[in-house]
Amino acid sequence: MQIDHVVCAFCGGVCDDLTVTLEDGRVTGVKQACALGRAWLLGHSAETGQPPALIDGQPASLEQAVEVAAQILSQARYPLIYGLSSTYCEAQRQAVALADLLGATIDCCTSVCHGPSGIAMQAVGEPTCTLGEVKNRADLLIYWGSNPAESHPLHFARYAVTPRGLFTPRGRKDRTVVLVDVRPTASARAADIFLQIKPGRDFECLWALRALIRGLDLEEGAVADTGLTLAQLQDLAGRMKSCRFGVLFVGQGLTQSRGKQMNTAAAFMLVRDLYAHTKFAVIPMRGHGNVTGIDNVLSWQTGYPFGVNFSRGYPRFNPGEFTAVDVLGRGEADAALIMASDPVATLPRVAGQRLAQIPTVALDTHGSETTKVAKVIITTAPAGISAEGTIYRMDNVPLRLRKFLPSPYPSDEEVLGRIVERVTRLRGGTAVRREA
Amino acid sequence: MLRIINGEVYDPLNGVNGEVRDVCVADGKIVSEAPEGKVIDAQGMILMPGGIEFHAHVAGGKVNAGRKMRPEDHREMPIPRTPLTRSGVGHTVPSTFATGYHFAQLGYTTVMEAAGPPLGARHVHEELNDIPILDKGFFVLMGNNYFVLKYIAEGDFARLKDYVAWLLEATGGYAIKIVNPAGVDTWKWGRNVNSLDDPADTFPVTPRQIVFNLARVQQELGLPHTIHVHCNNLGVPGNAQITLQTMQAVGDLPIHITHVQFNGYGGTGWGDFCSGAPELAAYVNEHKNVTVDMGQVVFGPVTTMTADGPWQYRLYQLSGHKWVNSDVEMETSAGIVPYRFSKRNAVNAVQWAVGLELALLIEDPWRVFLTTDHPNGGPFHAYPDIIKLLMDRDHRAEVLEGVHRGAQKRSSLKDLHREYSLFEIAIITRAGPARALGLRQKGHLGPGADADITIYPKAADPKEMFARPRYVIKAGEIVAQDGRIVKDKPGRTFYVALGYDRQIESAIRDDFEKYYTVSFENYPVQFDHYLPHRVAVACARE
Repeated sequence: MQIDHVVCAFCGGVCDDLTVTLEDGRVTGVKQACALGRAWLLGHSAETGQPPALIDGQPASLEQAVEVAAQILSQARYPLIYGLSSTYCEAQRQAVALADLLGATIDCCTSVCHGPSGIAMQAVGEPTCTLGEVKNRADLLIYWGSNPAESHPLHFARYAVTPRGLFTPRGRKDRTVVLVDVRPTASARAADIFLQIKPGRDFECLWALRALIRGLDLEEGAVADTGLTLAQLQDLAGRMKSCRFGVLFVGQGLTQSRGKQMNTAAAFMLVRDLYAHTKFAVIPMRGHGNVTGIDNVLSWQTGYPFGVNFSRGYPRFNPGEFTAVDVLGRGEADAALIMASDPVATLPRVAGQRLAQIPTVALDTHGSETTKVAKVIITTAPAGISAEGTIYRMDNVPLRLRKFLPSPYPSDEEVLGRIVERVTRLRGGTAVRREA
Repeated sequence: MLRIINGEVYDPLNGVNGEVRDVCVADGKIVSEAPEGKVIDAQGMILMPGGIEFHAHVAGGKVNAGRKMRPEDHREMPIPRTPLTRSGVGHTVPSTFATGYHFAQLGYTTVMEAAGPPLGARHVHEELNDIPILDKGFFVLMGNNYFVLKYIAEGDFARLKDYVAWLLEATGGYAIKIVNPAGVDTWKWGRNVNSLDDPADTFPVTPRQIVFNLARVQQELGLPHTIHVHCNNLGVPGNAQITLQTMQAVGDLPIHITHVQFNGYGGTGWGDFCSGAPELAAYVNEHKNVTVDMGQVVFGPVTTMTADGPWQYRLYQLSGHKWVNSDVEMETSAGIVPYRFSKRNAVNAVQWAVGLELALLIEDPWRVFLTTDHPNGGPFHAYPDIIKLLMDRDHRAEVLEGVHRGAQKRSSLKDLHREYSLFEIAIITRAGPARALGLRQKGHLGPGADADITIYPKAADPKEMFARPRYVIKAGEIVAQDGRIVKDKPGRTFYVALGYDRQIESAIRDDFEKYYTVSFENYPVQFDHYLPHRVAVACARE
C-alpha cells in the first residue's frame, strides 16, 4: 500500500509531501524524504517487541504502569514534566493539563535549544515570516550558527536556496547565500560566501553589522576580535541593505554559545534595523519535529513558552529557575515524567544523574538512555506513524500528522489522559478537562 | 429544565423592553413553557441574552505570539486553578482558558475571532477549542490573498466566488475579513498603499476593487455576515476620508467597518490630529447598508495586534516598543506592538473621544456594536466601564475633565448628551451583533433561541451591574454565578455551509503547488478534529 502526502515529524522542517510504502505492517519504502526522515520512518514497525510497560525493569500492563505513575507524580512535592518536542499537540495539551493538576514544573527542549531566541523575542520582538515567503521572495539568505545540510537536510531544496518561487523564477540563480559559522560545516558547500568568525564572537559581529548598517564609521581595530575583517563586515552589511528581501536564519551556534539570548536579541535587532532600508526577516532554525508545537501549546494555555511552574496554582515563568536543567541540577525535582525526549543523553550529566536518583516515568516509542534509568517505562505509538495529531513547522505553520501504521501501543495522548484521570481521582476531584 | 421568573427582560429582537416576564429553558433552548425543573427567582434583576463579542483577537498565531512576547503583562493577572477550572493568566493577552472564563464571568457567551490567516486555520481552531464555555467562529483574512487578487485582476468573478467558498470550507471559517486591502500585499516588500486607487504588488488591483468585489461575493454566496473591513490608513491622521471612500466604494452593498474609531480621524498630522467622527457618523446615519463596531480606546496598557503589517511597523517606529512582524506566504501578514493609552497624551485622548462620539452620534444602535478591538483599543474586561460612559453623561463629563484637553477641543464629545438605555445596551452587545452575524439562534430570548442568558442584579451604577452578573447561563446550564465559574464545558464552533463549483480545486492547484510550501492535500482543516463541536450556518443564496 502506498500513502501520499505524508507529513514527516522528524525535524522542524516538517516536509509534507513524502510517499510511504507499507507491506505486511512495515514501512518498506519512503520517497521524497531526507536521510534522517527515511531512517526514522523505516526504523518503526508495528511490532517492536517491547512490553507495553516496565516497572522497575519488570514487564507490566499499561493499567499497572498508569497506576504507579499516577502514585509517583501525585505523591511528589516538586515534580517535573519534561521533553514533549517529538510528540503532537493533542498530547502536549494533556501534558500541560497534568502539570496544572499536579502543580508541577513543565519544560520542553526549547529551554536547551532556542530558549534564548524566545527570551530575545520577549525583549525586542521578532520580525519573521513563513518559509513560503523565503521561497517566493528572498534574494539574500544568511545562515548564522546553523548547519541545515545536516540538521534539516531538505531545507535548502524545499524552502530556501534552490526552489523557484513567485518572485524568484530562476531559483538558485536569484539568490546569494551566506554562511556565518566558527568552522566550515557541510552547509558551506551551499553558500556563495563563507565567513568564519571566532568562537564566542557572534555578538560582536552582529553589533558591528548594526553599527555599519546605521552608517557609523568603525575602525579596523574595533572588529579585530571577531575573526572577520572590516571589509568583510562592510561587504555583508552592504548586501543586507541592498537586497530586496533578506532572511537571517539563526541556529544553536548563536543561541547556545557565549552570549545566548544577547546574541539572538542582537540578531533580531539587526533585522529590525534593516527595515529602514529593505525587507528582512529572521527565522530560528527549530530542530525537533514539534518543538514549535509545545512552545505554542504552552503559550496559549499558560502565557509562557517554556520553563513554566504551577506550584502556586497558577503559571509562572522564569528561565533558570523553572527550566529542567536547573530544577534537576539543583536537586529540586523529586519525581519526573519524561516524554518524547531523551534528557539523560542530551542534558548535562548532573541533570541525568538526578533523573536516575528520583522516581522517573518515561513515555517513549523505543528504548533510550532515559528509559535505562526510569522506574516506570510506558511504550507509546510514534507520532506521525501510528498516532495522529497536530504538528507545527518551525515557522509556526500547523499541519496534521496522520496515522498509517497500526500499533499495539497507545498514543501519548491516551496514556497522559489516563494519568490525568487517575491523578484527579487520587486527589479527590471529579471534574477535569479531557476534551480534545 | 429551568424557569426564570420575575425578571425584567431586555430582548430587543423580540421587542421586549424591560417587561417582567418568565423565561423558560429546556434542552439548551428557550421554550415558551417549562412546567417543571429548577426555578430562579430574578426579582429585582435584569435578563438579557448572553453577550456576543463581535470582534476580538483571542485565538491563533498572532494572538499567541502576543502572549509569548509579553510575560510582563501576564504577571499582572495570575489566575489560579480551581477544582473545576484550569489555571492561566489574564490581562491584555489572556491564556485560552482564562479568555473563556473571563468572558463568561462578564455575561458573554459567544466570541468571534477577528482575523485568522487561512494557512494558520488549524492553530485558530486549536485555540478556539481550548477557550471553554463560549460558542465561537473566526473571520478569514482574504483582502491580500494571492488568488483573490489574481481573480480580481483577471476579471474572473465566477472563480473568485468559488475560491472564497472553497477557502471558507478549507479553513472552517465564518466570514470574509479584509485588512488594509492591497497594502499588506505591498508590505511584503516593505511598502504600503495610502489611497483606494494605489495598486497591490502581486497583481495590479486596488483596494477599491478588492472591497467591491468581495462585497459582491458575500452577497452572491449569501454569507450570513457581510464583508468585515479594516480600512486602509488605519491609525493615521485624516484617515476618516479613506473610510468614507471605502463605504462609498461598495455603493449600497452591505459592509461592516470594524474598529471604526481607529479609522475615524481628521487633521493632516499629529499636530492638528482631531476627530473625524461627525462626518463618518453622518454617512452611517444616511446609509442603512453600513454597520460599524466601536474599537473603543481604554486608557492603560494594551497589546496591539493586527494583520496590518505596515501599520504595526509604523506604531513600532512611533512607540519604540518591541515589535513582532510575521508575513504569511500567499495570504497576509501580522504585526504586534505593546502600547499604553495615556490620559495625558493629546492624541490618545482624542482617540478615546472618537469611539464614544461614534457610538453617540450614530442614531441606530442596530448598526454600531460595542468592541474594544480587544486587545488593541483595550482589554474586553473594560466593557462595564465603557457601558457606564455610554449610559451616564455626568460620569462621561467627569472622565472627560480628567483627560488631556485635546479631547474637548478636538472632538464634539463634550456637546453630546445622549445616554444609552438598557434596551440600547442590549442591542449593541447582543441583539445587533447577532443580527449582523446572521446567527438567528443568538442574541434573543424567543422560543427556539439558544438558552444563553445573563441575569444582572439591578444596580444604580451600570459598571457595577455589568461587571458581575448574578447568573450566566450557556446552552441552558448555569456556567457562572456571582463572578465564579461553576461549570466548565466546551463551546461550539460556527462555520458556513456552502455549495460551489469543485472545479476551483483544479484551477488553483497549479499556482498553489508552485508557490505554497505545503501540499494542496494537507491544506484544508479536518473538521472532525478541528471543529469537533460544530454548527453549520446556512447561507441564503440570491
